[in-house]
Amino acid sequence: MSAPASSGTALVRIESVHKYFGDLHVLNGVDLEVAEGEVVCLLGPSGSGKSTLLRCINHIEAVSSGRIQVGDEVIGYRQRGDQLHELPARAIAAQRRDIGMVFQRFNLFQHRTVLQNVTDGPVLVRKHQRAAAAKSAIELLERVGLAEKHDAYPRQLSGGQQQRVAIARALAMEPRLMLFDEPTSALDPELVGEVLDVMKDLARTGLTMIVVTHEIGFAKEVADRVAFMDGGAILEVGPPSQVLVNPRQPRTRAFLSRVL
Amino acid sequence: MTTVREAGVGRELTVVPRRHVGRWVAAVLLLLALAWLAGAFANADIDWATVRHYFGAGPLLRGLLITIALTLVAMLLGIVLGTAVGVMRLSRNPVTAAVAWGYVWIFRGTPVYLQLLVWFNLALIFPYLTVPGVTTARTVDLITPFAAASLGLGINQGAYTSEVVRGGIQSVDEGQTEAAHAIGMTNWMTLRKVVLPQAMRVILPPIGNEFIGMVKTTSLASAIGVTEILNEAQSIYIVNNRIMELLIVCGVWYLAAVSVLSIAQFYLERHFARGSSSRALPPTPLQRLRGAFAGSKAAR
Repeated sequence: MSAPASSGTALVRIESVHKYFGDLHVLNGVDLEVAEGEVVCLLGPSGSGKSTLLRCINHIEAVSSGRIQVGDEVIGYRQRGDQLHELPARAIAAQRRDIGMVFQRFNLFQHRTVLQNVTDGPVLVRKHQRAAAAKSAIELLERVGLAEKHDAYPRQLSGGQQQRVAIARALAMEPRLMLFDEPTSALDPELVGEVLDVMKDLARTGLTMIVVTHEIGFAKEVADRVAFMDGGAILEVGPPSQVLVNPRQPRTRAFLSRVL
Repeated sequence: MTTVREAGVGRELTVVPRRHVGRWVAAVLLLLALAWLAGAFANADIDWATVRHYFGAGPLLRGLLITIALTLVAMLLGIVLGTAVGVMRLSRNPVTAAVAWGYVWIFRGTPVYLQLLVWFNLALIFPYLTVPGVTTARTVDLITPFAAASLGLGINQGAYTSEVVRGGIQSVDEGQTEAAHAIGMTNWMTLRKVVLPQAMRVILPPIGNEFIGMVKTTSLASAIGVTEILNEAQSIYIVNNRIMELLIVCGVWYLAAVSVLSIAQFYLERHFARGSSSRALPPTPLQRLRGAFAGSKAAR
């Protein structure tokens, strides 16, 4: 069901990916390409495999078969002929530097201040100078509107603020791809907007983004393409004006009628 | 509605705190018991001049130093081993995890007293210890009583501490590891910079307990000839028969050492509580004292 990338070259290539948790077949042959600079939203009922697919892209979960490529690199494996050999942990860690991820439950480092959360990646992983990292961290925090909170600890912030810090933390690594795993699902309704606004700004800068979300409004407004998943497969991919307004699949139609 | 107004709305109502009669009764009973105990000690045949004399006595002070040194060395070994083994227990590598399990099984499953004796008599199994190509030495020369006690107590402690460390690591949310991996941290960096610092909050209170326990467990080392404080005291009272006097001196020294450790524990726990609550940390007793002083001055 892969649709050709709408513009430019593909940054992410997902090819016939399967994933099992024990006997549970979570991903059932997923194909998807995401072009450089594209924003793709993954929609679908819970348990449809959207989060698992996203977590396979940076190898937080390992695929059972199939291949995921970001840029020129196969994520998590070295390909020899028809076989994929799992890379050493250190090499996988190096691949993840260029892929940012934002989690449903923020996962900020609880023992680090807001500023330290944002500088830890550049300083510890990229070995940047602490002063330079702090300077760009403050700029990023200004961008998400939280520079004045740089000395606070995560538990002293609201959920929306924590998620905006988490976005700044991911951006500090200067990723070429950002993965969002239901970034607003754990938020109080009145805090959803501030996080979505930051994400809209990011989309405008031309950052490649894959977003698992239940926010149909956001998908409609920001996504270049929307993929609808059900039962571990992508049933339908296309521009939001088509998938969200005139879905071809009955299951997409049923899902949309339930959430809208 | 008028009845409500009559019941006091509009007037200022004062609050009378609950009276705690039980506390007063308990306090009085406690004071009586203490007075009786003090009387017993005062009327017993205890020569307080002797007690005072032995506080400054050389052998006991040397023994105290050995007790402190043995505690520090054994706990250092125990914490290093315990951290390594605790992490190994959680490894995905089955060989590593099995080695860690075996270590805990053996050293937690036999009495520490027995282990001390085994280390002290190590020469019966390994008469010579060799570093290939460097040197060879007779085991009896190498394993002094102090070395045997350090090894015995430290390795035994490591088995217990590893379980504390394992529990601490497991108390840290898995999302923390995922987030660290997602920004490209290696496993080792994730452990050192993200997981262990947060596990410390759970690990420290039991380690403090074990540290204090170790101060007292070192007295077992007298069995293999380490001249720690209790051993020194015994050698003295065997000669002069001032048993209670010397035991009192030892008890006070033990309490003093443990008190210092308790203070250190308080500040360490405070350090690792950063970010653990949405509120600011409560003031330390010292800060509270200073605050009270500043407050009373300001009031004047």
